[in-house]
Amino acid sequence: MDRKKFISSSLILSASAFVWSKFVFGSEQKKTQNVISNTSNGGKIPGKHEGLTILNPKPWNAETPPHLLDDKVTPADKLFVRNNGRIPEKIDVDSWTLTIEGESAKSSKIYTLTELKSKFKHYTYQLTLECGGNGRKEFSPPAKGNQWDLGAVGCPEWTGVRLKDVLDDVGVKPDAVYIGYYGKDTHLSGDPEKVVISRGVPIAKAMEDEALIAWSINGEDLPVMNGFPLRLVFGGWPGSTSGKWLNKIVVRNKVHDGPKMGGNSYRIPKYPVAPGTKVPEEDMVIIEEMPVKSLITYPKTGALIKGGKSFEVRGHAWAGDLTIAQVHISLDYGATWKLCNLSEAINKNAWQHFNIKVSLPKKGYYEVWAKATDSDDVSQPMVIPQWNPKGYLNNACHRIAVKRV
Amino acid sequence: MGENLGNREELLAIVDRVVKIIRVVFIIVLLYPFAFYVASKIDFEKEKIIKKVIEIPIVENGIDVESGLIVDEHYELVKGTCSACHSINLVTQNSATREGWKDLIVWMQKTQKLWDLGDNEVLILDYLEKNYAPKEQGRRAPLKDVEWYEL
Repeated sequence: MDRKKFISSSLILSASAFVWSKFVFGSEQKKTQNVISNTSNGGKIPGKHEGLTILNPKPWNAETPPHLLDDKVTPADKLFVRNNGRIPEKIDVDSWTLTIEGESAKSSKIYTLTELKSKFKHYTYQLTLECGGNGRKEFSPPAKGNQWDLGAVGCPEWTGVRLKDVLDDVGVKPDAVYIGYYGKDTHLSGDPEKVVISRGVPIAKAMEDEALIAWSINGEDLPVMNGFPLRLVFGGWPGSTSGKWLNKIVVRNKVHDGPKMGGNSYRIPKYPVAPGTKVPEEDMVIIEEMPVKSLITYPKTGALIKGGKSFEVRGHAWAGDLTIAQVHISLDYGATWKLCNLSEAINKNAWQHFNIKVSLPKKGYYEVWAKATDSDDVSQPMVIPQWNPKGYLNNACHRIAVKRV
Repeated sequence: MGENLGNREELLAIVDRVVKIIRVVFIIVLLYPFAFYVASKIDFEKEKIIKKVIEIPIVENGIDVESGLIVDEHYELVKGTCSACHSINLVTQNSATREGWKDLIVWMQKTQKLWDLGDNEVLILDYLEKNYAPKEQGRRAPLKDVEWYEL
């Protein structure tokens, strides 16, 4: 009632004000800006594909629906966005530097972007990046945080220099245990001194060939949302280890202790717990490589298939630091499985592609389930795996719905 | 005589018209600055009312359209408090028991610079516990919201 009154009186007043101002000034008043920003259904995330599902605009978090991940090499605009803080407001590429220091670094060095690019050999790898919380949505009781469904994963081609080449240039002491990163994103609280997130990996992972300090995705600059102008990339490990807007790496003589290394962040209980269990912090361990998983990227869920027409089912599979040995699909809830064609990984930590032609035996509703098995003979579970307080590592089989009509 | 009379009346009529015109011009000249004043005043009022209208939450199906929050007692408090740092999507996509929400507040205070919520904490927890409680979905929920299309 009040609102109606307000609106009608505002309309009358605006109309009369408009007439008056037209009469007096002979020109149109500037339009009042619509200050309502509808954050709940989002819009397009800057620099990204419009099909991404926005989970949260502050900080920006968005995932890619599975059917948009059909490309063998994920396009930059279709790579998910997972941010803990605010994107740096001013990014000056010319003055951007990377500092390497820390108690287990033999010296401390500062590189400009130009120095990094000219001093060290460039490498390009296709590396799978997946958010540790991908699939969180399905845990019950629910875990707090962005409720990722299936699409916080992607596998673009990254170009940069090897982290180990840069670390070797600075010199790493034999007591080095871990590297930690710092980036230029800023804390949501607005405190300019507060570090948003500072995680990292054990020195062995940092020294692998495929561990990159990258400035490019698929031959182009990194999208701002994904860390422009510089970031780390550790394929097969939780995305949070691959620091964005990178400006410092510390070489540590102990497990790095930056924000989001401790507490429950990116950690799981060191022993299996019943769903909903409260786990003491000292019993939580850091997640390292991500588990075996797969995604059906074609067809999009909801396909209606006429008669016994055969159709292709395809997608990708990945398994932390391991490779995929087999992918199967089931049309009968896991009662029987069909072996799919499977490609080899283009390099370590790259996802592999599977495909198979199937037809539906009779009219009705079916679900296609995909199950990958890694090189250690570990498969994806068909139901939700081990519950953990923060809802990480859900690698349950992906399911799509199809109907024969 | 008759002509003279006619001339006089015509003259009077002209004088009358001139006086009227002068009066109108005079009024316009006098009122012109005032007109500016009134127009600017009306614009000012208009802005104020538009602001007020914008501030009035739009509610659809019991949901505050701007934030996505369920409209219930103290939802404005939740909207104002939580959106100070992050989008309300981080609230609406989550669910927890009262204890779970309390733990989250404590975590935000410990690590994310959330201030002491004082007396508001109870009200916020009342709202969250009632409106964003966990739903049991078992080991695996059925596929839902499938949009069917011809392949």
